[in-house]
Amino acid sequence: MASETVIIGLEVHVQLTSLKTKLFCGCSSDYRDKEPNSNVCVICLGHPGSLPNPNKKAVEYAVMTGLALNSEVSERTMFYRKNYFYVDMSKNFQISMYETGGTRTICKGGYLDINVGPKRKRIRLTRMQLEEDPARLVHIGPIDLSPYTLVDYNRAGMALLEIVSEPDMASPKEARLYLQKMRSILEHIGAFDGGLEGAMRCDANISIKGSNRVEIKNISSFKEVEKALNFEISRQRGALGRGEKIVRETRHWDEIRKVTISLREKEEEHDYRYFPEQDIVPLEISREMVADVGRRMPELPDARAERFSKEYGIPAYDAQVLTGEKALADFFESSAKLSGEPKVVSNWIMGDLLGVLHERDLDLKESKISPESITSMIKMINEGTISGKIGKIILPEMVTSGKMPQEIVKERGMERIADRCSIQDVVAEVFTENAKAVNDALRDEEAANFLIGQVMRKTRGRCDPQIVNETVRERIKRMREEEKEKTGF
Amino acid sequence: MRIIDLSLFELVDAIKRGDAKKGEVLAAYRRQIADHDCVLKAFLTLNEDACSTASGVLEGAPIAIKDAICTRGLRTTCASKILANYVPPYDATVVKRLKEEGAAIIGKTNLDEFAMGSSTENSAVCPSRNPWDTERVPGGSSGGSAVAVSAREAVAALGSDTGGSVRCPSSFCGTVGLKPTYGLLSRYGLVAFANSLEQIGPVTRDVRDCALIMSVMVGRDGFDETSLDAGKEDYLACLDRDVKGMKIGVPKDFLGEGTEEGVAKEVWKCVNILEKLGASWEEAELPTLKYSLPAYYIIAMSEASSNLARYDGIRYGVRQEDEGMDWSTSYSKTRGAGFGPEVKRRIILGTFALSAGYYEGYYLKALKVRTLIIKDFERLFKKYDVLVGPTMPSTAFRIGEKVEDPVAMYRSDIDTVPINLANIPALSLPCGFSNGLPVGLQIMGPPLSEGKIFTVAHSVEEELGLDLRPPVARG
Repeated sequence: MASETVIIGLEVHVQLTSLKTKLFCGCSSDYRDKEPNSNVCVICLGHPGSLPNPNKKAVEYAVMTGLALNSEVSERTMFYRKNYFYVDMSKNFQISMYETGGTRTICKGGYLDINVGPKRKRIRLTRMQLEEDPARLVHIGPIDLSPYTLVDYNRAGMALLEIVSEPDMASPKEARLYLQKMRSILEHIGAFDGGLEGAMRCDANISIKGSNRVEIKNISSFKEVEKALNFEISRQRGALGRGEKIVRETRHWDEIRKVTISLREKEEEHDYRYFPEQDIVPLEISREMVADVGRRMPELPDARAERFSKEYGIPAYDAQVLTGEKALADFFESSAKLSGEPKVVSNWIMGDLLGVLHERDLDLKESKISPESITSMIKMINEGTISGKIGKIILPEMVTSGKMPQEIVKERGMERIADRCSIQDVVAEVFTENAKAVNDALRDEEAANFLIGQVMRKTRGRCDPQIVNETVRERIKRMREEEKEKTGF
Repeated sequence: MRIIDLSLFELVDAIKRGDAKKGEVLAAYRRQIADHDCVLKAFLTLNEDACSTASGVLEGAPIAIKDAICTRGLRTTCASKILANYVPPYDATVVKRLKEEGAAIIGKTNLDEFAMGSSTENSAVCPSRNPWDTERVPGGSSGGSAVAVSAREAVAALGSDTGGSVRCPSSFCGTVGLKPTYGLLSRYGLVAFANSLEQIGPVTRDVRDCALIMSVMVGRDGFDETSLDAGKEDYLACLDRDVKGMKIGVPKDFLGEGTEEGVAKEVWKCVNILEKLGASWEEAELPTLKYSLPAYYIIAMSEASSNLARYDGIRYGVRQEDEGMDWSTSYSKTRGAGFGPEVKRRIILGTFALSAGYYEGYYLKALKVRTLIIKDFERLFKKYDVLVGPTMPSTAFRIGEKVEDPVAMYRSDIDTVPINLANIPALSLPCGFSNGLPVGLQIMGPPLSEGKIFTVAHSVEEELGLDLRPPVARG
């Protein structure tokens, strides 16, 4: 049962958070952390008589995204009304785009390549469209148990770019990689800030070959997509194992309980009664405009990875990982320039920083580490002020507190003890405290390692291990000679 | 002469010269309303705070606004229960422009609920009555606006015209009503019924007033994407031009079966006047006219089904008691109780016409017919400067006469709906009487030919020299 083919397609909704205003009105796009229903106007609330007033810059971002994702930018497109009643809709229709015989959405086709292990896989795109974000619904606890629904229209009318993929993904991991890559590309374009809560959401269509397709809604990030799809695969496999049929339905991803729940839709297919939104004139996208946008296209993640590899001499795999998130790539590049040691920086990021972030479930943007602090740390190691091991110990604190390494080392008394006199003092103490081990070491060279360990332990790793090693062995050698003299052998 | 007998143009002139005081003017109009509106029912809401705060070309003019056009801080109900308590936080662009020129918004006028109707009988509040015969309808949907202007309860008014809603009541009440070229006036703040068809339009006592108020309202509005950046033509100057050398088309399809003889007679009288003034005319054909009614109703209802979806009682408007109900039950209850029968009929039919499996056969087909009608008019306007015909096939009918037969009611729009489908301007000019009831002459032109229409209308108006005061306005 475990080897059936899984087929996944994603509908990604990207908020164009870099726009100053919403898609059809002058309300700020910076709606987060505002008092509910304070970032609204007659247009995004759908008041009688109000009309949509399209944000032209949104079209430009959509064109740039289309070019970045190898899509065909339509010469002419128009907005449509998608009619359905739902509590998050201020007009009970959504202004969106629609592909029909005569009309196209803003971009058609395209693809995006992901790296699955060492292999490169191409995920094809179906289309892209601009549409308005609905309001945010707030429930008390899980959606199906909430006694009521609160509606916050602060988000209503935010510009969304919907990017629909072909069902080309074969595992939850590929879905995550696809979203990560998409996020990095869109961040490089400057269309949105992926670190903002809910700025990239998706609906996933998933089926186990031979069974009905299930749509999962309300997936709020690429971290969640893998969890949601893994849950759904187990649920479907379980059901199939019990001989049940998979019902074609829409399910809701409950982020709190980490389960999908059926929304018990009565109808199989909605009839959205799409028809042209005639309050907005059709968009003519001139080839000159497309060419102009193309000329302004910034460096994209794949090209950047290639450059990293060449310019900084780091392995291709590392370069791909580093460019998987714009903030990370920027962090690496700044640190590499600041320190002049790109390989060392890359190793620290790949080997340690990413692990620390992963353990704490943090994005680089959420962390407080800076290129200055990691560069300082590397410098301190090079100068012998701290050991590499101390570096590893203080890194988590650099991430969570944002303190400079010098400060942490000082606070925690972690400067390396490099002068031989101090080390000799500690060694003397350890020898006094461990008479038996000293005796052993006099007879067996190997047993000296225990004493070295004790010294390191006492100083919490601050001593230069080389000096400790030399000091301990010299002292044993001297004791042995003294003993020889005493006994006359 | 009484203050209320002055036209808009004369009134502003009198105020500017100091012959009339703004306060007196408002008081005179309020007295007229107090005396007659209990019967006529032109107004749904009177503006207690009406005042003229700017000194412009409309200084001190008490203007009435159809209750489908938003007025900041002044209840705007669309004559519907569902918006009975709605107070807009903003002014429609045209209202803002009127205020900026010194107009005082005297009140909000009655209409068929959400502008759906041709008699004002579909108002959820009460029907308005025709000042020429209070047993008859004033026409619709902007019935209240035409009644107010005709009965001297306002010096001018705004209506909205989706399929004839400014011209029909103007024809029935003896006022001048213009449906401008689509996009000439901003629709921002006009509560949408069928957004691809409708325009705000003025209702006035004479053609000069219409030209004056239009010149205040035109011009691109950044809040309405479809509003045109039409060069500001000097409409008042157009009144002094003559029709000599103009070519007039008289589409016989407008005067065929179903047109009352008394109406046709008055229309022909105007054609003769135009000829006398030096214009030439000939009969023309508009074969697509017969398809315009079904095409119009399919498009209008389809758009309405979507435009009216927002009234769910959540953000504004009247919400029915819904404690313990899920949202969809609450919506159904609110919409079930809030909308009247004609509105429900149109929402249901429009939803049907847009549904999968019917879309191609109804909505898409209607759009194709619309294109044919546009082309048909374009063909005629290559030959003629303007077309003339009746605005309505009949004079005002009796209250209750058609209300039980929606198709008969729809049929009365036969001469007005093609104008909206074709996006062109048309003006209804009082041109005579049939059995004591006003008859309207419809003057139609190509897109943005308002100036030429004013020339024609003003020439005919001057020749006719009609006394258009209904009994209630004769003091």
